[in-house]
Amino acid sequence: MVDANTRQKLFGTPETNFLNCSKGWKSWAFTLDHKRIGIMYLIGVTVALFLAGIFALVLRSHLFTFDSTMLSDDMYNQMFTLHGAVMVFSFIIPSIPAALGNIVLPMMLGAKDVAFPRMNLASFYLWIIGTGCLLGAILSGKGLDTGWTFYTPYSIDTNTGVIYATFGAFILGFSSIFTGLNFLVTVNTMRAKDQGWFKLPLFVWSLYATAIIQVLATPVLGITLLMLIAEKTLHIGIFDPKYGGDPVLFQHFFWFYSHPAVYIMILPAMGVISELISVYSQKRIFGYSFIAFSSVAIALLGFLVWGHHMFTSGQSLVVTLIFSAITFTVAIPSAVKVFNWLATLYKGSILLNTPMCYALSFIFLFGIGGLTGLFLGALSTDIHLHDTYFVVAHFHFVMVGGTLTALLGGVFHWWPKIWGRMYNDFLGRVGCFLVFSGFNLTFFPQFVMGSRGMPRRYASYDPEFQAFHQLSTVGAFVLGIGILLSFVVLVYAAFRGPRCSSNPFRAASLEWQSSSPPDFHNFIQTPVLTDPYDFESQVYDEELDTYIPREFANPDKVAPRKEPVHH
Amino acid sequence: MAVADSHDTHDDHHDLYDHGEFIAHHFDSAEQQFDSGKLGIWLFLVTEILFFSGLFVAYTLYRTNHPEVFEQAHVFLNKYLGGLNTIVLLFSSLTMALGVRSAQLGRNKNCSVYILITMVCATMFLGVKAVEYSHKWDMGILVRSSFDLTYTHPTPTTEIGKSLHISDYLVYLCIVPALLFAGFVVASAISKLINKNMLAKFLMAMAITVSGYFLGVCIGIIFMSATDAETGSSHASVIAEQPLMLLASTQDDHSDGDHDEADHDKADHDKAAGDPSHDGEHSDNEEHFGAHPADGGEASFDDHHPDPSTLDRDIGIFFSIYYCMTGLHAIHIIGGIIALGWLYWRSLLGHWRTDYFGPVDYVGLYWHLVDLIWIYLFPLLYLID
Ligand code: HEM
Ligand SMILES: [Cu+2]
Repeated sequence: MVDANTRQKLFGTPETNFLNCSKGWKSWAFTLDHKRIGIMYLIGVTVALFLAGIFALVLRSHLFTFDSTMLSDDMYNQMFTLHGAVMVFSFIIPSIPAALGNIVLPMMLGAKDVAFPRMNLASFYLWIIGTGCLLGAILSGKGLDTGWTFYTPYSIDTNTGVIYATFGAFILGFSSIFTGLNFLVTVNTMRAKDQGWFKLPLFVWSLYATAIIQVLATPVLGITLLMLIAEKTLHIGIFDPKYGGDPVLFQHFFWFYSHPAVYIMILPAMGVISELISVYSQKRIFGYSFIAFSSVAIALLGFLVWGHHMFTSGQSLVVTLIFSAITFTVAIPSAVKVFNWLATLYKGSILLNTPMCYALSFIFLFGIGGLTGLFLGALSTDIHLHDTYFVVAHFHFVMVGGTLTALLGGVFHWWPKIWGRMYNDFLGRVGCFLVFSGFNLTFFPQFVMGSRGMPRRYASYDPEFQAFHQLSTVGAFVLGIGILLSFVVLVYAAFRGPRCSSNPFRAASLEWQSSSPPDFHNFIQTPVLTDPYDFESQVYDEELDTYIPREFANPDKVAPRKEPVHH
Repeated sequence: MAVADSHDTHDDHHDLYDHGEFIAHHFDSAEQQFDSGKLGIWLFLVTEILFFSGLFVAYTLYRTNHPEVFEQAHVFLNKYLGGLNTIVLLFSSLTMALGVRSAQLGRNKNCSVYILITMVCATMFLGVKAVEYSHKWDMGILVRSSFDLTYTHPTPTTEIGKSLHISDYLVYLCIVPALLFAGFVVASAISKLINKNMLAKFLMAMAITVSGYFLGVCIGIIFMSATDAETGSSHASVIAEQPLMLLASTQDDHSDGDHDEADHDKADHDKAAGDPSHDGEHSDNEEHFGAHPADGGEASFDDHHPDPSTLDRDIGIFFSIYYCMTGLHAIHIIGGIIALGWLYWRSLLGHWRTDYFGPVDYVGLYWHLVDLIWIYLFPLLYLID
């Protein structure tokens, strides 16, 4: 029990917080504070999202008619390459871990910062340099037309800016490794006293699994891209068939990273969803350890399935069969999560606010994305579907429908914590609705087109596909408007939104035991360790209009527990 | 220090964060900080191993597909120089370990000496490597596309090269170290003059470090001429055993090689137009990859291998892999030297205490890894049969 003054000090709106504790651009550019770095990352990935999003809208506009002349064929190739490369390497991979994770992870552990703050800042600057190099391909006037996969031998022969772009991706890889390494160490050594592994929020588990992949897979991409650069400049003959090299070896190396990388993209998203579903159902997450271990299982199995991207590239039949079989097993842990979320919702007291709307969209869209992955993992269907719009639709359902949706949900969830201000929930939900419907309108027709044989990466197409493409283009603009609206809602809230309390959603993980916005040191006093999914541990405090841990509440006013504590 | 660290609310809870000199604000204890650093460096080493793993995989693949090429190619590597470097690195690992021990005991002076020896070994390693590289470049032993083996060593054209009878390439490789050496000596003298004794000492040590490079070059040249007879004879034996291959190597590179390099688009174009030589090369190439290792062995080479130029091409690939692996390793050595230089400076400042020696420990682990990678590279590249 603490007195009202201390309560006010701990959970009231603070005078100084991490946002205003120091001023001037230097206090941001050289900050070592994980929250500020996270915010800078958030700004960075948003810029990347908008940039690559504009490329996407240009592409979709071009495809509005089958004989469009808006872009030349070369320009079309460059557009989709830059769209893909920027989205994958600069936006989606760092998005949730480096932006949201950075802000939230140390606080979930009750720590003051990540283990290596300088490395954290270095990661951000590497992100800037890497993205700069990637875009250097455009600025150099040469562009880039290999697709984000940089497949040899074309990437060796083309004289567009492959070297800039691969160097950029190489640097971005290090940025990602730095984040991953930092998180692994942070989770291992900086947990709150007595906070065992099974008392961690599931977001932490998912970031941990992600970090394992970042640390184990990214170096392989690094060396692969270096070899590609060496091949292009010195012609070392490892990938270039002209000099006796093996171009398929490049594909193996590339997917050895890039398949695990798709789990770098989705695992953090799953972690966010686990938090949102549980908090907004006010119900203990169902099957905690299943969700936790399925993250790790996905991370490890993810290393064994890269060959499913190469079913048609000339692998031996045996290898192909094995890859196909393991691909199916990856779907199991993914499904385990989905069922656990559904079970959590069951009989929960559901609050349909903006983050929850995003979370529900995620379950639906990721479900479709994951299931269509199985179509692609099955050999006979993949021969037909490979390199068609079906694949395009599949990965957009998981990457946009999954990761971007979860990112938005997570941002809405933690926004009040970060800024101490509340967003307009109605407009937030409108944004979510536009994103959800625009997204489906964009990508659902692509499944149909793909299964009817529309190949991906083509600048023109048969007239029979035009109706589908037009739906898709309209959808893309709706999606764009939805994202823009959410952006406006968030930015407005950050500066002008009404003040909000420390824990408006009655969440139980440790980051909500700080003030909103948090102090520079995150917690003014060591937080009391609560079970992150025991919402009864938080009680309403009238004076502060917020939820605070039972331990801090005025005992006269505390309602007794409804359910017993269980661990 | 971080700007944000100095903000005012800090004082409010100062008692909570009352830390020793070298404990960062976000750690609770020296122990937690040390454990974090240790785990961090181990993870970093894992990424390093995986970074090299791509090259090891390429090595394994090409070696299983073309074992004969690896046997033929490695004779061009001087195993005495390789062996010498192995010993130098092993010794440096020993001094590094001793340096870590001294830091743990808080003996800064000993630590600085051991670190200096380690750095000198590192530059010596690079010096020997420079001798090896320049010798190969002289003979046209380059990466696949520019591989152009000749047995004549071109006469040096630079003044220094002429007077010392050393390769031009070696002279070029010595320019940067020479400048560094001069720079450090001058800077050291200046710092002495303006009474920055510590800095002067540090810069002098850096000059000594760089001089290790020249020591390596000298020892390398001596070793090379001492073992010249040996390597010379192994070159000769290759000529005797595989005349075809060498013929092919020279031919390929004068007719086909230039062409390949000069004009890619044209090559594609030729191929489309049905140029027989290119069609031959491409199909041949596919066959080569699909082939069982045994098919590509010596026998088929002599009797019914359609195009001997394929072998030559693959010899070039061996050296592509060689240069990638040893080059990447050398970059790591240079990185290590920089890290060691930083440790040396901190030892001079007397930073290490029995309860604070983390950085030495971490860099030590890194150094051992770099050493270990060489321990793998040496037999894999130099000691093939
Ligand atoms: C439920 C598990 C999943 C399965 C079984 C699966 C399966 C597959 C298969 C077999 C392909 C290759 C299709 C082809 O090229 O013919 C593929 C492509 C792809 N998948 Fe998935 N996938 C799954 C989840 C994900 C997730 C979670 C993401 C990302 C967040 C993702 C991103 C991608 C991408 C980017 C590609 C296409 C890469 C390209 O060719 O450019 N997948 N998936
Ligand atoms: Cu995959």
